[in-house]
Amino acid sequence: MKQVTILSGKGGTGKTTITASFAALSKNALFADCDVDASNLHLLLNPEIKETNEFMGLNVAYIDPEKCIQCGKCIELCRFNAIEDYVVDPIHCEGCKTCVVNCPVEAIQFNPRISGHAYISETKYGPMSHARLTPGMENSGKLVTQVRQNATKLAEELEKDLVLVDGSPGIGCPVIASIANIDASVVVVEPTLSGIHDLKRALELLEHFEIKPMVVINKYDINEENSADLEKFCKENNIELLGKIPFDPTVTKAMVQRTPIVEFNPDSPAAKAIVETWKRFNNLLV
Amino acid sequence: MNTKSLKIAVASGKGGTGKTLVAVNLALSVGADQLLDCDVEEPNDHIFLKPSSTKSEPVELLVPVIDEEKCTYCRKCAEFCQYNALFVAGETAMVFNELCHSCGGCKLVCPENAITEHPRSIGELFTGEAKGIELVYAKMNIGEAIAVPIIAAVKEHAKEEGLVILDSPPGSACPVVESVMDTDYVIMVTEPTPFGLHDLEVATEVVKQLGIPLGVVVNFAGIGDRGVYEYCEKMGIPIIMEIPYDRRIAELYSRGTSFTEEMTEWRPKFKQLLERIKETLQ
Repeated sequence: MKQVTILSGKGGTGKTTITASFAALSKNALFADCDVDASNLHLLLNPEIKETNEFMGLNVAYIDPEKCIQCGKCIELCRFNAIEDYVVDPIHCEGCKTCVVNCPVEAIQFNPRISGHAYISETKYGPMSHARLTPGMENSGKLVTQVRQNATKLAEELEKDLVLVDGSPGIGCPVIASIANIDASVVVVEPTLSGIHDLKRALELLEHFEIKPMVVINKYDINEENSADLEKFCKENNIELLGKIPFDPTVTKAMVQRTPIVEFNPDSPAAKAIVETWKRFNNLLV
Repeated sequence: MNTKSLKIAVASGKGGTGKTLVAVNLALSVGADQLLDCDVEEPNDHIFLKPSSTKSEPVELLVPVIDEEKCTYCRKCAEFCQYNALFVAGETAMVFNELCHSCGGCKLVCPENAITEHPRSIGELFTGEAKGIELVYAKMNIGEAIAVPIIAAVKEHAKEEGLVILDSPPGSACPVVESVMDTDYVIMVTEPTPFGLHDLEVATEVVKQLGIPLGVVVNFAGIGDRGVYEYCEKMGIPIIMEIPYDRRIAELYSRGTSFTEEMTEWRPKFKQLLERIKETLQ
């Protein structure tokens, strides 16, 4: 079984559009949406939720006003400025427990909190593992790890040969969690200077974790000069260029119909290019 | 709100909707005093502003160092750490720096005083100037997990007076909270598609929890569907600007050019946007 994460660095370059189309083209795969704080894959794969699990994030401190003697110790020790007038602001509290163990009168409780939900679902293309982080919460990396673990376990049980992971933008904790123990990564880039800048940082991250990158240029025709530079860059650095997808308004039309574009309109220019990209992806993966 | 200062954050939920486009063009059109790029994982504002005489400094975080001469491997620190950043087994004590939130708690629970804290570089912060605007941005080191302290370092440079614009990272998790916190107004940039709507909803929840007034800029107007408009109407969120899908804007963006520099007819629109925000806040 292979696990592959679709990344981009910069947001909005087309990760989910490509993941959903790959899902529709796959024969024996499982899908994991690891963008837990701005998830979109479910909007194209329309999963039917089979199992929901609460995600317990970090605990949160609570000062019992009956017991508190207002000595000031907790306020002095909290490095996250989460305590004001002996009330903990749950948005700022990072659940470190320092105030709890240092309170001289044991007035601070350390309560678990639900920070999101993890789901196991069925789609018409195969099973799906996904989640929703409660907006504003910490620890998206831990929830991503849970989504990955659910995906891996189920894929092994069902003898799937591919786990397709839709990643999140950036290079921080949720992204690092989404690329742990994968076989390869597809990085989707748009030919803009920002897109190229962010691609390079994503590639550095993959190199740091010794993961094989493959590149897809999306909307390549919005700046053909930049696309040519990208192709040259891939060649010079021995990075597989999986495909070049043209700008195509059909992509948005398919999204509005909540359908992967390769199914919505297989004859559209973008769908044809994605099918070619998928073929090359499969040839390289074996 | 301090009348001498105005802090406006630009956020989005979904990535690639045009946060940087709006933040940079607003700053240029109205002559903002400062632009803070809070997307420390993938900063882009400097690509458009091309600041000169840039100065850099490291962003450091205090992390524990265990003195194994004093350590008795009692495991109290490892049991205490909520982030699994400390590992003690047998006669080995290890610190996983990337997981440390720098709360300082382990040092306090150690009965042997074996833990001291030392600064560790987690990123680099840059300050420069372009067209009268001070730009502050940072780059998180590759392989680092926690962006929040770097965002905090960028925000520490915020001017006390004048107009400060903050470009937030995408999403709805802790980096977004850190970026928009303590600002006076949030401009939420979205695209009129099901993806744009879904992520606008989650990001709006964050901003509402923080009690900050917000308005929506619809970018790529004309594509997609009416979902974003219906949502804003239902929630009573004003749509404060629409930027149409325009191939010329996209091409200028791809070259790293701020479109209001070429399409100057847009500057008064951004000025009006700022006036509208100021009126809302009065």
